[in-house]
Amino acid sequence: MTKLLASREALLMLAIAVLLGIIAWRFPAFVAPSNLFSVFNDTSPLILLAIGQMIVILTKCIDLSVAANLALTGMVVSLINIAAPGLSVFFIVLIAIGFGTLLGMFNGILVWKLAIPPIVVTLGTMTIFRGIIFLLTEGKWVNSHEMSDSFKSVPRTDLLGLPILSWIAISAVILFTIVMTRTSLGRAFYAAGGNPHAATYAGINVGKTQFWAFTISGAIAGLTGYLWVSRFAVAYVDVAAGFELTVVAACVIGGVSIMGGIGTVFGALLGALFLGIIANALPVVNISPFAQMAISGGAIIIAVILNAQANRTPGRIILKKAEHAT
Amino acid sequence: MKRRTFTSLVAGLSMAAGMMGTTAMAQDDMRIALVVKALGIGFFEAAAEGANEAAAELGGVEIIYTGPTSTTAEGQIEVINSLIAQGVDAIAISANDPDAVVPALKRAMDRGITVISWDSGVAEEGRMMHLNPSSTPLIGNTILKLAADHMPDGGEVAILSATTTSTNQNAWIAAAEEVLPNYPGINLVATVYGDDLSDKSYREAQGLMQTYPDLGAIIAPTTVGILAACQAVSDAGKIGEINVTGLGLPSEMAGCVESGATKSFAIWNPIDLGYSATMIAHSLATGTDASGEISMGRMGTVTLDDTGSAAMADPFTYDSSNIDDFKDIF
Repeated sequence: MTKLLASREALLMLAIAVLLGIIAWRFPAFVAPSNLFSVFNDTSPLILLAIGQMIVILTKCIDLSVAANLALTGMVVSLINIAAPGLSVFFIVLIAIGFGTLLGMFNGILVWKLAIPPIVVTLGTMTIFRGIIFLLTEGKWVNSHEMSDSFKSVPRTDLLGLPILSWIAISAVILFTIVMTRTSLGRAFYAAGGNPHAATYAGINVGKTQFWAFTISGAIAGLTGYLWVSRFAVAYVDVAAGFELTVVAACVIGGVSIMGGIGTVFGALLGALFLGIIANALPVVNISPFAQMAISGGAIIIAVILNAQANRTPGRIILKKAEHAT
Repeated sequence: MKRRTFTSLVAGLSMAAGMMGTTAMAQDDMRIALVVKALGIGFFEAAAEGANEAAAELGGVEIIYTGPTSTTAEGQIEVINSLIAQGVDAIAISANDPDAVVPALKRAMDRGITVISWDSGVAEEGRMMHLNPSSTPLIGNTILKLAADHMPDGGEVAILSATTTSTNQNAWIAAAEEVLPNYPGINLVATVYGDDLSDKSYREAQGLMQTYPDLGAIIAPTTVGILAACQAVSDAGKIGEINVTGLGLPSEMAGCVESGATKSFAIWNPIDLGYSATMIAHSLATGTDASGEISMGRMGTVTLDDTGSAAMADPFTYDSSNIDDFKDIF
C-alpha cells in the first residue's frame, strides 16, 4: 500500500482527481462523462507526442522539433491533398507517418553519427522545418474549403462511441507500453539513458538507440501532424507554435526524468491528461485570462515538486551506531 | 580600345533611353506609381485592380504598379529611387517600414512628386497624407454590427481575441464595447483569448459554448481565431445556432461561409483601397491642398486629421453573395 502511494503514477492520479474535484466545484458539467471523453479527445495529440518525447528523453536526449515536424508534415499532407483530392486517406496517413519518420531520422543521424548535442540539433531542425513550410507555401494558408471532406473526416469519425483520434491515442498507449516493457529495443532505451557506460558494456549501441528514439518520435509527430491539420482544418507556418514545450512539460509532470532512464508510457499519459484537463477547464471556470498562464505554470511547478518528492530515495543508513552518535 | 568603343556605345544607348524617357514624361498622361510591400501578394494585386479602375475613370492617368520582390524597406527604397529617376507625378506607397523610406520619399517630394501612403503608413515628414483602410472606431462598430445584424431579437455574444496583449485587437474590442449601448438587447458576456493558436482558440470557443449555452454569436477579430471558432461550432453541430463573425480573409473564410457557420464577416476591401489611394494621389498631384476634405470619387470624401491621416471607410462585409468573387483574390 505504501509502495503504491509512493509511486509517481499513483500520486499523479491523485493530483488529477483533486484537480477534477476543484473544477467540478466551480463548473459541475465539466466532469460529465461525455465532457471527459471530449477532453481526452482534445488531449490525444498531446498524449501521442508525449509518448514519443518520453522515449527520446529516456535516452538522455530531447526533441524540440516535434511541433515543427508536426506542422511541416501537416502542411505536406495538406498540399498533397490539394494536388490529389482523390487520394485515399489511408495513403495520406502512411505518407504522414513516413515523412515524419524521415524528419525524425534526420535528427537521429545528426545525434548519432555527428554526436551533436540533441538540444542543439533539434533547436536547429525546429527552425529548418518551419522554414521549409514557408518555402513551400510562401506563408499562405491551406484552409478548410481546400481540403477534401474525407481528409477532414478521419479524426472526428466516431467508432464505438469515441472519435478515431481518441482510439489512435489509446492504441499508441497500448502499443508503446508493450514496446517499452516487453521488447529488447524498449529495454535498450532505458539502459542507454539510465547508464550509458554500462549499456555500452552490455552490448547496446547507445548512439543507435538514440537514433531509433528520434525516429519513433518523428513518426508519431508526423502522424499527429496529419491529425492536427485535419482536426482544426487549417495548415499554416505557425501551426502548434510552442507546443514542443507543452509536450516536454507533460513528460516532466508524468515523472519522466529529464536526466534519462526513468519514465513510463502510463506516466506520460497522465502528465498529458493533467495538462489537457487544465487547458480545457480554464476556459469554462471563468478565470481571468490574465491569470490563466500563471495558473498553468503554477500547476506544472507543483506537479514537478510532488514528483521530485516521490522520486527521492532516502539514503540507506549503513552505520546505525554513527547515526545515533550524531 | 575595342572595349572603350563598347562603353561609349552603351553610354550613348542609355542616354538615348533617358531621352526617350523624358519624351514620354513630356506627354500629358499623369503617371501615378502604386508602390506595394512586395509583388505577388493577392491583397496588393487587388489594390492595383482598384487603382486601374480609378485611372480609367479619371482618364489620362497611367498606373505604374511596382514594389520589391520581398517585403523589405531596402527594396522599396530602390524602387522609389528608380521612380524618382523616371520622373513620375505621384507615388502612393504601402510601406514596409514607416521610417526607413522617409529620406527617399523626401527626395521625391523635393523633386515635386506627390507622395502619399496607404494601408501601411509612413512617418509624417515622409508623405503628404496617409490613407488608413479603416479606423479603430469603425472596426469596433463593424464587428459588433455583424453579430447584431443576424440577431434581431438580441442575445448573448462573446469575443474571441488573439493574445491579451495584442494592441490592434484590444483597441478594436474597446471600441466595440464603447458602442455596445447602440445595440439594445445585445449582451457581451465574455472576452476570451485564443493567443492566435488554432488549438487554444478552438478550446476557448468550445469553452464559450459550454459556459453560455444560449450564445448567439462569437466575434473573433483575428484570422486564426475566427477560423478556429468556425471549426469548433461546426464540430459541435451548432451551425445556425451560433454565428461566427469578425475579421477574416475571404480566401480563408470561404469554407466557413459555405458551411453556414459564418453568415458574414468583414475586412477592408483592397480594391476600394487602391481606388481611393489613386484618386487622392491624382487630386493632390493636380494641386489640391493636403488638408481638410479630399474627394475619392465613388468612395466619397475623407477628412484629414492633424497628423495628416484619414480613414477610408467601414471594413467591407463579405457573405455568401460575394465570397466567390473575392476568395481567389486575397
